[in-house]
Amino acid sequence: MANLNSNIALLKSACENPRARLDYYLSQGKKVIGCFPVYTPEELVHASGMIPFGLWGGKTELKLVKSYLPAFACPIMQSTLELGLRGTYQGLSAVIIPALCDTFRCMTQNWRFGVSSIPMIPIVYPQNRKSPASVDYLISEYENVLSMLSTITGMMMNEKALGQSIVIYNEHNAVMREFAQVANDHLDVVTPHVRHAVMKSALFYEKSEHTAIVREIIEALKALPVYKFSGKKVVLTGITCEPDALLDIFTENNIAIVADDLAQEMRQFRTDTPLKGGGGLKRLALQWNARYGCSLAHELGKPRGKMLADMCKENDATGVVACLMKFCDPEEYDLPHIVADLRDADLPCLTIEIDQQNTSYEQIRTRIQTFCEMI
Amino acid sequence: MSENATLKENTAATDTAAAPAPKPKRPKPKSMIMLGEQTNALFENARIAKENGEKVGWSASIFPQEIAETLGLNILYPENHSAGIAARHQADPFLQECEGPLGYSNDLCAYAKVNLAYASVLNGESNVELPDGGKMIKPDFLLLTNNICNQLTKWYENLAKQMDIPVFFIDTCYNAYDYVTETRVRYVRAQIDKLIEDLCAFTGKTWDEERFKKIMEISQRNSYLWERANNLLDRKPSPLSGFELFNYMSAMVCNRGKESSTAVLQQLNDEIEQHIKNGTSTFPVEEQFRVSWDGIACWPYLGHNLRTLKKHGINMVASSYGKAWAIEYEDLDGMARAYCFASTNGDNATTMIARRIEALEKFGCEGTIYHVNRSCKVMDCQMMEVQRQISARTGIPFTSFDGDQADYRNYSEAQFETRIQGLVEVMRQNKEAISNG
Ligand code: SF4
Ligand code: SF4
Repeated sequence: MANLNSNIALLKSACENPRARLDYYLSQGKKVIGCFPVYTPEELVHASGMIPFGLWGGKTELKLVKSYLPAFACPIMQSTLELGLRGTYQGLSAVIIPALCDTFRCMTQNWRFGVSSIPMIPIVYPQNRKSPASVDYLISEYENVLSMLSTITGMMMNEKALGQSIVIYNEHNAVMREFAQVANDHLDVVTPHVRHAVMKSALFYEKSEHTAIVREIIEALKALPVYKFSGKKVVLTGITCEPDALLDIFTENNIAIVADDLAQEMRQFRTDTPLKGGGGLKRLALQWNARYGCSLAHELGKPRGKMLADMCKENDATGVVACLMKFCDPEEYDLPHIVADLRDADLPCLTIEIDQQNTSYEQIRTRIQTFCEMI
Repeated sequence: MSENATLKENTAATDTAAAPAPKPKRPKPKSMIMLGEQTNALFENARIAKENGEKVGWSASIFPQEIAETLGLNILYPENHSAGIAARHQADPFLQECEGPLGYSNDLCAYAKVNLAYASVLNGESNVELPDGGKMIKPDFLLLTNNICNQLTKWYENLAKQMDIPVFFIDTCYNAYDYVTETRVRYVRAQIDKLIEDLCAFTGKTWDEERFKKIMEISQRNSYLWERANNLLDRKPSPLSGFELFNYMSAMVCNRGKESSTAVLQQLNDEIEQHIKNGTSTFPVEEQFRVSWDGIACWPYLGHNLRTLKKHGINMVASSYGKAWAIEYEDLDGMARAYCFASTNGDNATTMIARRIEALEKFGCEGTIYHVNRSCKVMDCQMMEVQRQISARTGIPFTSFDGDQADYRNYSEAQFETRIQGLVEVMRQNKEAISNG
């Protein structure tokens, strides 16, 4: 238990102070690359001998960013850029920005000029993933990322290293999926806040280090007797569910999170890279093509609602909370379909607005309370 | 704004008469009458085709329509249509329906909101009265390119699900660089080849290489004529009230590969030349200031925009979209490259700045008016830096105002007037400084 608590505390503190993690890697003489959300090809950074480090913004006063973004750009990009402009990310050797939505397209340019001390590496994922040509195209995007990374290290990434990085990332995915399952037998320990810390901290660790810590957590949990949770169980969907104050409202209402489809959490871990079928770059491209049920990857048939209904069934959840990132158009296009499909499946869905800069949760608190009575 | 993004949207005005409509007293120029006929024909032909059991499509505005034209398909354009609804002040019930029963967020592109609601009426799920009697007939397939924005990708994804119809998709991949990478060209080319094959199979049409060549020629000719008409506004004073050019966009958006557009644009060029020869202009007052307009027209308030500008003798002579349709290519690879860089897809900050500076200089602009369009993140989210750099390099002042290309709720008349007033003061000072040496 001591081990369990200290490991959880470790991951919590990484989420509370990512800068300390960054400084730690820098003090080790490591080069660190900022990875904007989501699906940034971390494996390429990893295989190049550097540390991929997640940039998902945070609570901060939005000031400098006002001369770059209109008020209706999503808060996550507002805060990431604000932090960039303020020099909070100093020490990063570069950032990688995947242009996954319209705001992102523009972020590549804002960063170029606004934070010129940290080079920007753009990557544009193919959206017509049914086209076989999308694989070759994405490989070339990866090659471009690699060549820009090599100007930082002065070294070339090699195939063997990439193969190993892919294995490390797949292992990490597997361990995160296992954690999500095991956690459900220990909802007393794994509160929404803890669950989130375990997931989010992955952004600030070299992945094999994170895998090792989460493995220990899993082992410790397994050693505990199964806890019979008497509250309500829900599934989360959205980009992120932050900050912690919001997660604590779930706890207050005796609601557990038993699965999620958050871009910051399980969406990252649910699709492995194939271990066979070509060189590393090709296999990474195939991984992108295999991703599913995500607002940022074009897919016909709007499968997300059905996917969430299945997730509820598998995890014994009786409702879904859609954490709608403010002003996030890709998510906003998915939401009506999600709501309709869940309605058909007789599953209630509560939509709450996510804004990292939020200071008052009274309204959300009331709505979660009401929702809790419904499910 | 983005050049071409503007293009597309602006077209709406054609069938609207709400655009900078000529005063009742002034007879409509022949080119406008021809344009009106062309628009009517577009909708009418689609209706007839549908009645005859042929398949009709809806298309994103900067889809390589030469493909559909070669196959002889009837295609309608939602962005253009939504703009028309907005310009005629008919958007409200659609916006209400979309944000209410359909459950969409208020933040989304208002073209999409109007269209999704319209589609749900066609689909028998909503009861909003269709002010045009439903001339935007229900599609059997969708043609999608995302070279304008990613919202289109999501919007069409939803239309396809809602109406249970296929999407023929060409993903163009945003260009963060000032050129199109060859791997993008290969990816897009492969999609074009597949799309032609699939579209033929779906519609029962056959691909005719000779006809395609002919259509490409027509399309090139139209691009040339369009650009030429735009360029003639560099005369001082300008022979045309710049907003009027927005009207003709539909010839490029909806009918780019048709000879009827060649006729309209040829006529327009002739009329402009006539004005130049006679020393006349359609701008109703003396041209005191020349400005460029950045962003889509604010369709619901076009009248107010025009009145305000006219009051100060401001003629909008450049809207940075002039070059947008200079889509030049000779074959399918060239087409892939051209459509890849078209519209906002090629709008990284560097190209945006370069195009705008070129336009400001060419058209002798003394200021820029920037429309902060609530609908459109792709055009707004890097604009502040672009404005700063352009202004620093050229010394030309700018102002911005909050608006929306189709959602009437996001505009304030008072704000627009104050901002224009402010711009006029700076432009006047600059003028005086110049005349005082
Ligand atoms: S996907 Fe949504 S949350 Fe992410 S950058 Fe785009 S708008 Fe923001
Ligand atoms: S989001 Fe902007 S570019 Fe996209 S369709 Fe709407 S107005 Fe046009």
